[in-house]
Amino acid sequence: MYFIITAVAAVLTTLFWYRLSEDKYQLSTLCFIYWGAALMWFVDHVIAFFMEGGEFFEITLDATMLGLTVVLSGFFLWVLMLLVKARKGTLKN
Amino acid sequence: MACFVVPMAEAIVVSVVKHMVAKKEEQALLEASTPRAGENSYVMKEKTISQTGLSWTRKLTWLNALLWGGVILLAVEHIWYGEVILWPPFLTAMRNPMDIPIMLHEMATIGTSMAIFVTLVWGSMVFVVEQRMKHSLRKGFNRN
Repeated sequence: MYFIITAVAAVLTTLFWYRLSEDKYQLSTLCFIYWGAALMWFVDHVIAFFMEGGEFFEITLDATMLGLTVVLSGFFLWVLMLLVKARKGTLKN
Repeated sequence: MACFVVPMAEAIVVSVVKHMVAKKEEQALLEASTPRAGENSYVMKEKTISQTGLSWTRKLTWLNALLWGGVILLAVEHIWYGEVILWPPFLTAMRNPMDIPIMLHEMATIGTSMAIFVTLVWGSMVFVVEQRMKHSLRKGFNRN
């Protein structure tokens, strides 16, 4: 479930970034954060599915909570990066 | 168990390389900003195409963001499942000698696949963006 939630967050962030004409607040970085995790979990899920079998998607409350925690962590990481850049004066927009 | 360690190692290498490339490109940009005497328009056109294309610093910044983003979020997942702790030995598999070969096997298979897959996706993305940029740049020249 955390893979699905992260992948959805990646798609939504990318769509939002695409709609903006400029890379405002470096939204592209947030896209990369979510896409990086989604790609890595995709590989993890595929290998686990073929080597260990079982269900491809783990749909449990624990996995859903983890998915939300991961998305929030990515968001806070991006906000922290913006704050550091703003403090340094290297933020573009 | 510790599959994210392999992409993390790649991310560290990419960060170092990016820092070095950024310095080199800054120097090259300063040198290239002054046009040389005797250059014809075709050479200037080709020069402009390569200069307005994506810089390696930018390309590596994308790969860095993909790798570090993935690594940090995967670390959160590992902490959630108790596979990573915030004090030594950091990886719970290191506590039990029986778990170490399993952890290394996971790093070699899943970790390496993750690093390769992310790099391949990044390579494809860079190729597509460069082709589109070159195409739009040539279109602009033909109009002029």
